[in-house]
Amino acid sequence: MNTNELIPNLFRTEYSKLVAVLCSVFGMSNMQLAEDIVSETFLLASETWSKKGIPDNQVGWLHTVAKNKTRDHFRRQKIKRDKVDPDVAYMTETSTEQAFDFNDEGIQDGQLKMIFAICHPSIKEDAQIALALRILCGFGIDEIVAALLSNKESINKKLYRAKQKLKDQQVKFEMPPEDAIEERLDTALKTIYLLFSEGYYSANIQETIRKDLCLEAMRLNLLLCNNEATNLPKVNALLALMCFHASRLEARLTPDGQFVLYDDQDRSLWNQSLITQGEFYLNRASIGENLSKYHLEAAIAYWHTQEDSSEKWEKILQLYNYLLQTEYSPIAALNRTYALSKARSKKEALKEAKKLDLTKSHLYFSLLAELEASIKGQLGYLEKAISLTQSDEEKRVLQGKLDQLKNRD
Amino acid sequence: MKEFMMLFRHVPNPNYQPTQEDIAASIKQWQDWIGGIAAQGKFMSTNQLGYTGKVVKPGNVITDGPYAEVKEIIGGYIIVKAASEEEAVEMAKGCPILNEGGHVEVRSFMELDL
Repeated sequence: MNTNELIPNLFRTEYSKLVAVLCSVFGMSNMQLAEDIVSETFLLASETWSKKGIPDNQVGWLHTVAKNKTRDHFRRQKIKRDKVDPDVAYMTETSTEQAFDFNDEGIQDGQLKMIFAICHPSIKEDAQIALALRILCGFGIDEIVAALLSNKESINKKLYRAKQKLKDQQVKFEMPPEDAIEERLDTALKTIYLLFSEGYYSANIQETIRKDLCLEAMRLNLLLCNNEATNLPKVNALLALMCFHASRLEARLTPDGQFVLYDDQDRSLWNQSLITQGEFYLNRASIGENLSKYHLEAAIAYWHTQEDSSEKWEKILQLYNYLLQTEYSPIAALNRTYALSKARSKKEALKEAKKLDLTKSHLYFSLLAELEASIKGQLGYLEKAISLTQSDEEKRVLQGKLDQLKNRD
Repeated sequence: MKEFMMLFRHVPNPNYQPTQEDIAASIKQWQDWIGGIAAQGKFMSTNQLGYTGKVVKPGNVITDGPYAEVKEIIGGYIIVKAASEEEAVEMAKGCPILNEGGHVEVRSFMELDL
């Protein structure tokens, strides 16, 4: 591997770890400083390695340079302070030395604290996601732009405002107190799931970015599962849910990036090892008395990994019935109606579908087309769905169905 | 949207001994009905009530309830959102209690200016 390939790879895996460890030295309010030092470290790596060759222990090299740069920073600070106000307390070099914790435990600990700092309730959801991609997942700005289908300017603004907010709110770089963990975890899990969904559901994003998003969300979730204080049933339930979904990552896209509907997927492409892992975490989630929406969604996702049977769809229907009582969402309402058609009949589902007030959603009309018996009715619904969707990819799938139907006629 | 409460009333049959399958089938019917309301985003809350209870009267008189004096009991309730009483009534028509020999009472909530 040459420097051009190595550095982006290392950046992805090491950036977030370095920033987390440096933030435990500098505190959350100096996150920008931590980021600057880490960026400089990577810059120096690419300059030095391309001239002098790649060192054997690249990660160790990065740690040493980041440490030295931090020390330099404090030295400069000290000179400045000694001149301006010699009595002000400042961090000494020795205390810096102690604070650096580049072993595995220190890195994990730092990243956990970082999850809680970024998933702070005072930060807006979309800014949380951008910030999480940058600070927790080591995405470059261009990658964030590609992942969130946005533009550079708006992402930079979002990141800047979010960091400002962290400062204003004096968000601490620490684990939440024990009695607050449960609640703070809700925000963290929501952000992690949004991260995953950005990758899993958005059309038009590059294949590699899509997978990275999903895997990063799962990695962050795993960090929470591996820590005693955060290893709660709902945390395991979310990981199970994402494992089950991710098992279909390969099957739901053709090699040239076109969506394959669930019913048409080649099941031999479903990743059995992820399904097994999902079952493992779902079992670990099945303790205690609280049934979170992640439990219900994970159970639904589990049944989707099973072969078709009447039991399967009956279970999925009942789980959606419960999920909707816990929390309404248009997608769950549509999926519940689809499950009803599978468990009972299209006729019964169509009757229920017509009660849903989702006439702005192209998915709603796709569902109606699926349930409607008459060809003429199906054509009308498909045309309506095409006129409502924004995504070229979904337009293509719907148009394909429409053409097929017209040819049969 | 206004909120309405539906009260499920029926006369209990002490001789009815449902099998596991009967119970499972009944739960399914109820969940499908409630799920259908929830899928419209109109579900607020629901509860099934236990079969025993107490009736408290003035003068510290407490009797076993609710069977003692009335034949018909309230088995449970659901609170829904609906644009009108007509819509709530339309929803109530799908209630499984109607197949189980009972009936539904649809009530609006009184709005109080406090």
